[in-house]
Amino acid sequence: MGRLSLSGVLVCALAVLASCGEQSTRQPRLHWYVFDEQSGAFQEAARRCSVQSQGRYEIVLAPLPTDADQQREQLVRRLAADDPDIAIIGMDVIWTAELAAAGWILPWEGEAARQARVGRLASAVQSASYDGRLWAAPFTTNTQLLWYRTDRVNKPPATWDEMIATAEGLGKVGTIEAQGERYEGLTVFFVSLLASAGGQVLSDDGRSVSLAPEPTHRALEIMHRLATSSVADPGLATAREDQGRLAFEQGSPSFMLNYTYVWPSAHADAPAVAAHMGWARWPAVIPGRPSRVTLGGINLGIGAYTRHPKLAFEAALCLASAPNQRLAAERGGLPPTLRALYDEPQIRRVFPFAEVLRETLRDAVQRPQTPLYADVSLAISHTLHPMRAIDPDRDVARLRAAVGRALRSEGLL
Amino acid sequence: MRPRGSAEQRLAWLLCAPAVIAMLAVTAYPMLYALWLSLFRYDLRFPGERHFVGLANYAAVLESEVWWRSLLNTLMITVGSVAVELVLGLVFALVMQRALVGRRVVRTGLLVPYGIITVVAAMSWRFAFDPTTGFVNGLLGLHGAWLAERWSAFFVIIQTEVWKTTPFMALLLLAGLTLVPEELLRAARVDGAGAVQRFFRITLPLMRPVILVALLFRTLDAFRIFDTVYVQTRGAQDTATVSLVGYDTLITRLNLGLGSAVSVLIFVCVVLIAALYIKGFALDLSTSGRGR
Repeated sequence: MGRLSLSGVLVCALAVLASCGEQSTRQPRLHWYVFDEQSGAFQEAARRCSVQSQGRYEIVLAPLPTDADQQREQLVRRLAADDPDIAIIGMDVIWTAELAAAGWILPWEGEAARQARVGRLASAVQSASYDGRLWAAPFTTNTQLLWYRTDRVNKPPATWDEMIATAEGLGKVGTIEAQGERYEGLTVFFVSLLASAGGQVLSDDGRSVSLAPEPTHRALEIMHRLATSSVADPGLATAREDQGRLAFEQGSPSFMLNYTYVWPSAHADAPAVAAHMGWARWPAVIPGRPSRVTLGGINLGIGAYTRHPKLAFEAALCLASAPNQRLAAERGGLPPTLRALYDEPQIRRVFPFAEVLRETLRDAVQRPQTPLYADVSLAISHTLHPMRAIDPDRDVARLRAAVGRALRSEGLL
Repeated sequence: MRPRGSAEQRLAWLLCAPAVIAMLAVTAYPMLYALWLSLFRYDLRFPGERHFVGLANYAAVLESEVWWRSLLNTLMITVGSVAVELVLGLVFALVMQRALVGRRVVRTGLLVPYGIITVVAAMSWRFAFDPTTGFVNGLLGLHGAWLAERWSAFFVIIQTEVWKTTPFMALLLLAGLTLVPEELLRAARVDGAGAVQRFFRITLPLMRPVILVALLFRTLDAFRIFDTVYVQTRGAQDTATVSLVGYDTLITRLNLGLGSAVSVLIFVCVVLIAALYIKGFALDLSTSGRGR
C-alpha cells in the first residue's frame, strides 16, 4: 500500500504540473509515442491529421530515443504502470506479441481492422498480427538490401559464398560491412541467414525451439566465415548499422548490408561514393533460392489505458493512410506498407530500388513472434557474439539450449 | 538533570525525524521491497502468473555461470581501477599541495575530468579508441579495434574509470595531506630523514585513515560500475559487470523476481566490501575525518 499511496501523490503532483487540467476545456490530446524522426515527417503527419479531425482531437508527438531497445524500455515501464497518456504507439515490429500478450495494447477489430489491412504488404500485416488478431496498423516497413560499388564490381553477387570470394579478390578495398555487435542487429543478421538457408528460430506456434540442425549450421558457417575472412571490417564485433554506413561513405568498403536509409545519406554526405553505389537483393545462402531478409518497420498500436480509445484508432488510421506514408517515404526515407505506393513515380524517385525492395519485402521473414522475444533475441545475440568465435559444430547445440532457456524464462542471459 | 536530558533527547529525535523518515522512504523501503520481490517468480508482462518461489531465484543466479563471470569482471575492474587511482591520486595530491606557481590552475585542471558526466566521458573514450574515428590508433600506430577484444576492452574501461575518478581520489587525499603537521616533517628532516623516508614513515602512516576512507568510497563506487561498460561494450566481449546483468534482467527482460535477486546479491557484495574495510583494516569512520 505504501507504494500505491506514494506513487499516487507523485502522479497527482505531476498531473497538476502537466496538462491534465486542460483536458476538460480543450479537445482531447492523443500522445503518439514514436521514435524521434529527424526529418519532421511524423510531426507533419500529426499536424495534418489533427487538422483533418476538425477539432475532435489533437495528436501530440512524444518522441522516444532512436535506439529500439531504449524505446521499448521506456514504453514497457510506462505501460506496466497503466499510463493513460499513451494513446498511439509507434511499435517496432518485434514488440507486437509482447505488448499484445501483456494486454498493453488494444486489438483492432471490425471496420478499423479492415481499413488497417487493406492494400498493405502481407508481410507488414503479419508483423502486426499475433494469435490470429491484428494489433496494429502497418505504417512503415524496412528491410536490408545489398549495397555495392559499381565501379569495382560488375555484377552483384548472388550468394554469400560468391560475395565473400569476390570481395577477397578485391584485396584491400574488398571489405564487407555488416552488423556484428552484440545487439538486436546481430539477431537480425542471423535470422536473415537462417531463413535464407530454409530454417526458422521457433516452431510455427512460437512455443518451442525449431532451429533445424542443417540450416542453422549453414547460417553459423557463413557468419564464422565472414568474420574470420580478410574482408571483414576490423571493427565488425562492435559494428552497428551506422558504423557500416560511415565506413562505406568513406569509400574503402565495396559491399554493405544495410537498410535503405544509407541511400539518401550517401547522397548527402558522400556524393562521390553515391555515384558508384549500386543495390541488389540480399545475397542468397542456397544458390537458386532467393534470400529471405528480416522485416523491420513501425506499426501503430493503441495503448490499452488511453482515455480516448475510439479517437486513437481513428487517428492511427489517419497517420497510417496513403498521404502520410508518402510523406514518411519522401521526407524521412521510410518505405511504405501500402503496396500501390511502390508504383508511384515520386516514390520511385526516392527509392530508385523500389522494385528490389518490394520483392524483398514480399519474401521477408518475421523475427520470432513470441511475447518472450526480448529474451530470445538476447539469447541469440549473446550466444553468437563475437562472430569470429563461432564454431558451427558446437554452437548449434548451444544456441538451441540458450533459446530454449529464454522461452522458459530460466536463469540469467 | 535527568528530565532535561530526556527532553533534549526527545528534541534530538524530533529534529532527526524528517531525515530518518526520508531515508526510510527512499532507501529502506525500496530495499525491503526488492528483497520481497526476489522471492517471487514475477514477470512484469504477466503479473497474473506471479507466485512465491522462495529462494529459487537466488539458486538460479548463483548456479549461473553468467553471474560468477560478471562478478569476476566487476572485481577485476574494481581492483584494477582503484589501485591505479590510488597511486595516481597520491601523486596528484602531492602536486596540488606542493605546486608553487599556478596552484589554482593546477587544481582546477586536475578536477576537470571529475566534472564531466560519466556517460559523456565513456562516449568520448569510446570514440577515441574507435579504429575509424578515433585518435588513439593513429597516435600509437596501431590498427586494432580496442573494444572488440576482451583484454583491450577491459583496458579501455579501466582507463576511462581512472581518468574520470582519479581527481576525486586526489581531492580526498589532498585533504589528508593537509592533516600531516608541518612541524613533524621538519623535525624528521632535522633528524636526517630523506624525502622518501619522510613520505613513507610519516606522511603515509598519518594519512592511513583518510586513504582507507578514500579507498572504501572508490571501491564501493567502482564495484557498482554501470555507465562506462554500458556505453562502451554493453557487456560484450565478456565484460559484463554485475550491475549490467541486473539491468538486463530487470529492465530488458522485465523479470522482476530474478532481477531483484541479482540486486540483493549486489547489495550483499557491497556490504561485504564495507565490512572488509571496517573490520579487516580496522577503519574507524567516526574518527578518521579528524585524522587522529
